[in-house]
Amino acid sequence: MWNRRKEEENAPKPVSAPPTSSEFAKEGIPMSTLPTRSGEPHPDLSRGTSAVLGKSVIVKGEIHGREDLTIDGEVEGTIELQEHRLTIGTNAKVNATVKAREIVVLGTLHGNVETRDKVEIRKEAKLVGDIRTARIVIEDGAYFKGTVDIIRAETPKPQAVVAPKPQPVASATVPNTGSPSTSGRPAPPSIAAAGGDIKR
Amino acid sequence: MQREALVGSDTRQSHGLDQFCASLEERPGLSILDFAGGSQATISFITGYGHRLYSDDFLHQLDLCFGSAPGDFFENQSNPLLVSKFIENALPFAEESFDGALVWDALQFLSPALLQTVVTRLYGVLRPGSSLLAMFHTEERIDTIATYAYRIQDHRTVQMTAPAQRRPAQIFSNRSLEKMFQDFHSVKFFLTRDRLREVIVRR
Repeated sequence: MWNRRKEEENAPKPVSAPPTSSEFAKEGIPMSTLPTRSGEPHPDLSRGTSAVLGKSVIVKGEIHGREDLTIDGEVEGTIELQEHRLTIGTNAKVNATVKAREIVVLGTLHGNVETRDKVEIRKEAKLVGDIRTARIVIEDGAYFKGTVDIIRAETPKPQAVVAPKPQPVASATVPNTGSPSTSGRPAPPSIAAAGGDIKR
Repeated sequence: MQREALVGSDTRQSHGLDQFCASLEERPGLSILDFAGGSQATISFITGYGHRLYSDDFLHQLDLCFGSAPGDFFENQSNPLLVSKFIENALPFAEESFDGALVWDALQFLSPALLQTVVTRLYGVLRPGSSLLAMFHTEERIDTIATYAYRIQDHRTVQMTAPAQRRPAQIFSNRSLEKMFQDFHSVKFFLTRDRLREVIVRR
């Protein structure tokens, strides 16, 4: 009890408080990985973290990432974010081949685009290039020049399950429902089997 | 129908589109060229058949090439350098790349010299047996005609949005259209109540 004050004095003190996201913003860091900032319009910042290439950043070369990325600067080369979302910001000028899970274009993108999930071209955005995607959203006022090739979701192939031949003893206990599996044809895939083939 | 009075959008029942869409049902995996620019409705409709769609705003390319250069818009269309640049930008395709073309009303704004070049190029990029849908204003003695952004709603309904007035390069008669598409296999006209003549041309 008598030593409490002394203990408090000896306790390690942080050199400075960790910077908040707003402080990052004030400093104007052009390239960063930031936690979600509330009030920002970027759709990719609505969940988890997102890397940001700021307005003044110019990149020539390859970008590979394992997190969502927002580009507001200039990029020339290739961008690969296989499992993540790429946002081309309103100020961005991107001249690159792009592969990502999802791409949202608000600025200018020249280059071929391939996504597993979705491409969104927002109003005032410009995309010149060929698109391969599962889904596409184009808002009125967007400019698009190129080919749209929709990738159909892979339908799981029915597994070749050999239906057991009805045996005289079994047929006496299992009623014949007339389903394919009991009539000798291959059984339809079970839900679990089908789910195992779906790629996310 | 008074197209000039339109403010927002209108829908049109199109026999020409109906005929065009019949050719889309032959098999999946066709390549279709659309001059109306990328729109959600048309992309969803065409890719819904399992086809690939190439979209570009042909009139935007036209303005970009001939409107931004000094001089008269239509006179510029006779400039070989500009024509070459335009073809390179608007129709940069290999021979026989497409199984169908949605040209809409774009050809009306091409001067005769450029028009023939474009039609010849369209003939080249289309595969034999493929269809081309085009529309032409019928009213003569008119300074400007309405042009639209065309969006396919279903196999015979097209939504016409964002109307704008443009000066046509020429007004076409059935005879002049037949002459223009004389290299193609056939030309079929669809009579409409309004002032748009629909044409299906078979390569």
